[in-house]
Amino acid sequence: MKTSKILAWVALAIGLIYFFLPLIGTLEFSLRMRRGAYSMDAYQSVFSDVQFQQTFGFSMLMALLTIIFGMLLVVPTAYWVRLRLPQMRPVIEFITLMPLVIPAIVIVFGYLRLYNSSSWIPFTGSTQGTNVLLVFSYITLSLPYMYRSVDTAMRAIDVRTLTEAAEILGAKWPTILFRCIFPNVMSGVLSGAFITFAIVMGEFTMAALLNRPAFGPYLQLIGANRAYEPAALAVIAFAITWLSMGLLQLVSRFSKLAPSRP
Amino acid sequence: MSTASTSFIDRRTIVDWLGIAPFMIFALLFLIIPTLYLVSGAFFTPEGQFTFKNIGDLFTPTILSAYWISIKVSVASSLGGALIGFFLAWAIVLGGLPGWIRSSLLTFSGVASNFAGVPLAFSFLATLGRTGLVTVLLRDWFGFNLYGTGFNILSFFGLTITYMFFQIPLMVLILTPALDGMKKEWREASEILGASTWQYWRMVALPILWPSLMGTTLLLFANAFGAIATAYALTGSSLNIVPILLYAQIRGDVLHNANLGYALALGMIVITGLSNILYILLRMRAERWQK
Repeated sequence: MKTSKILAWVALAIGLIYFFLPLIGTLEFSLRMRRGAYSMDAYQSVFSDVQFQQTFGFSMLMALLTIIFGMLLVVPTAYWVRLRLPQMRPVIEFITLMPLVIPAIVIVFGYLRLYNSSSWIPFTGSTQGTNVLLVFSYITLSLPYMYRSVDTAMRAIDVRTLTEAAEILGAKWPTILFRCIFPNVMSGVLSGAFITFAIVMGEFTMAALLNRPAFGPYLQLIGANRAYEPAALAVIAFAITWLSMGLLQLVSRFSKLAPSRP
Repeated sequence: MSTASTSFIDRRTIVDWLGIAPFMIFALLFLIIPTLYLVSGAFFTPEGQFTFKNIGDLFTPTILSAYWISIKVSVASSLGGALIGFFLAWAIVLGGLPGWIRSSLLTFSGVASNFAGVPLAFSFLATLGRTGLVTVLLRDWFGFNLYGTGFNILSFFGLTITYMFFQIPLMVLILTPALDGMKKEWREASEILGASTWQYWRMVALPILWPSLMGTTLLLFANAFGAIATAYALTGSSLNIVPILLYAQIRGDVLHNANLGYALALGMIVITGLSNILYILLRMRAERWQK
């Protein structure tokens, strides 16, 4: 008993060193820009960079569009499968897990060959088209997370009864979907949204190969050309990840505490 | 009457299937067809003739060494991540640590397992690079020259320990429920029968846990194998791993054969696909004991 407790503390210590040393190292490095004294110069340099603002804004917009259109695709599908096509559930689940198996770089390689300017759907022929393709690629990447969180939330509510009740009260399909189902799976939608946000903000491969000015490729560019700014950017990126994951935890905790309405 | 009812059923079936049509069309257009396009392209010459030559060309020294380095990095980081992750998960589940440590470690793992890509490379450069915090502290406090030992963050070993930063938390997240499923009665029963702790672990706990352990390690392997952003930001194109080779191929046809590029992608899918299939099989086995 005693030795196991000591071993547990040793394991924890190793883990903490592994996790926190890089974070402390990054923080310390980001403050080193001015010779001989700690300063926020690197952060100032980052925040005043026009490119930072533009790429950050671009990725935020992409993340938002990904979440909106992704949820418009995932929620009705998950709802419909539970209501009408339960036999299709394993198939749909399998498809949503495929992006975890097929590396992102392979998927985007396929896009570039299939949707180039001389193909039947020339997505990459124009800037707007490429942006649309980028959003679709992000929806694909976040499918596993969005579908699972929505489907878990849907398990907690009785989809069939809710639908029948709404139908008896005279609701049409849009009403059922947007005023009945969506609000009830909000916790799932939000957790899916936060993890999607974290993924899209730092994503590199898709944006770089589709040549879009997103935050990920910008990070890579700064990393190749500057000394202290990358560390500051890493701290910012880590803060974004923390924020999204923290909000996710908060949402799932609240949804557990909330009394289930009959 | 009967015709009316069948047509009603037909209409209902059609509506049923129409409901998932948007999703299916999306999945076909942006996931399945692009992948199949590459997979089939691997078996054709640029002129459109069926061939196995592209697959054969994968076994040339440059490409083979890229696969080999990729596999080595993935194996090393998944084994290292699995080992440390297992001990951490064990410590928070069975080690008798205070409860708040468990919940904070799990929260932190959720964050750290998602902290990958370019920023992760920056973090390790700032910590273990030539002027990084640890390198400087080791030199100033202990007079130890880390880079004198041949260590370099821009190398196989450097990439491995960088990958472990997201591998360890992933292991903790997946393995904690498996350890939670270990019944106290098994331990008590083996103790009553006179087993030592070592015997309990060797003959009871590990045989039950090994499908989870192996399965999760395979998942970590696939996770590392497909990753590119961290490696690219860390080493540029100096470390010849498959995703970076494929990246260069997409950018500028460095292999001088578009269809060989498809074969390269096919190789990646086969390796990550196989490890995921094995993971699913092992997981099914693991669940036998967790009901």
